[in-house]
Amino acid sequence: MTSAASTGSPVDGILATATIVLSLVLALWSLVAAVRHRPPDRPQFVGLAVLECALLALAVVALVGLGEGERPGEPGAFFGYLVTLVCLPPLAWVLARMEPTRWGSAIVCAICLVTPVVVVRLQQTWAVVGG
Amino acid sequence: MADTDAPAGRPATNSGPGRLLIAVYLLFAVAATSRAGLQIATRFDEAPVAYLLSALAALVYIVAAVGLARAGHAGRWVALACCSVELVGVLGVGVLSLADPGLFPDETVWSGFGSGYGYIPLVLPVLGLLWLWRTRHAAR
Repeated sequence: MTSAASTGSPVDGILATATIVLSLVLALWSLVAAVRHRPPDRPQFVGLAVLECALLALAVVALVGLGEGERPGEPGAFFGYLVTLVCLPPLAWVLARMEPTRWGSAIVCAICLVTPVVVVRLQQTWAVVGG
Repeated sequence: MADTDAPAGRPATNSGPGRLLIAVYLLFAVAATSRAGLQIATRFDEAPVAYLLSALAALVYIVAAVGLARAGHAGRWVALACCSVELVGVLGVGVLSLADPGLFPDETVWSGFGSGYGYIPLVLPVLGLLWLWRTRHAAR
């Protein structure tokens, strides 16, 4: 019994939208920093931390959904994307710490552009039409 | 914490823009490895050529990232070889996948010149080669 695929997905809602918006805002902020030759600043690191918390919350919501018997359309890909997703902000954090130049900000920007793509792919692997 | 030992103005391959390049290579290594691993593990029979090619691409991305990160003379040669293989691969597979779609029944990272990945697979080796050229004096 598959519940309505598009509305019943635990990774499709206000929380997922919030992670996408937050990630894009952070990407824009760090892009401006990179263009202005600024190293990663405090707002970028705080933003990465907040983004990571939101993604962890998303992962917990997804796992709770699994616990209640809901199943993703492509389980393998879904867990792959989920694990990758929660690793992205820490990766950006570490690389930004290693590179205290404008290129550190560019790294934060690049990873924050990838994150929304992974969120969307995550949603697609949950709701596969006609599996 | 900048751990570069290259003289000023001659950056090593693993600092500055190079670090951004390594980050993107890492992302592609993860993406291609997990995708190829999943495809080979779950439905290898459907498109073995495409999936083996994905695995090869994944391996090349990993080795390229390591080569750039290691800097040094050997690392540069490894990175140079990987970027060249990638460029040939993405161009070759791009042309082949357009000319004869039956060759690759399922998508690979390099299909359609990397169109499934925003053409980044096409741009990445070019940026890698440009970066190696820019830093060519660093390893001396």
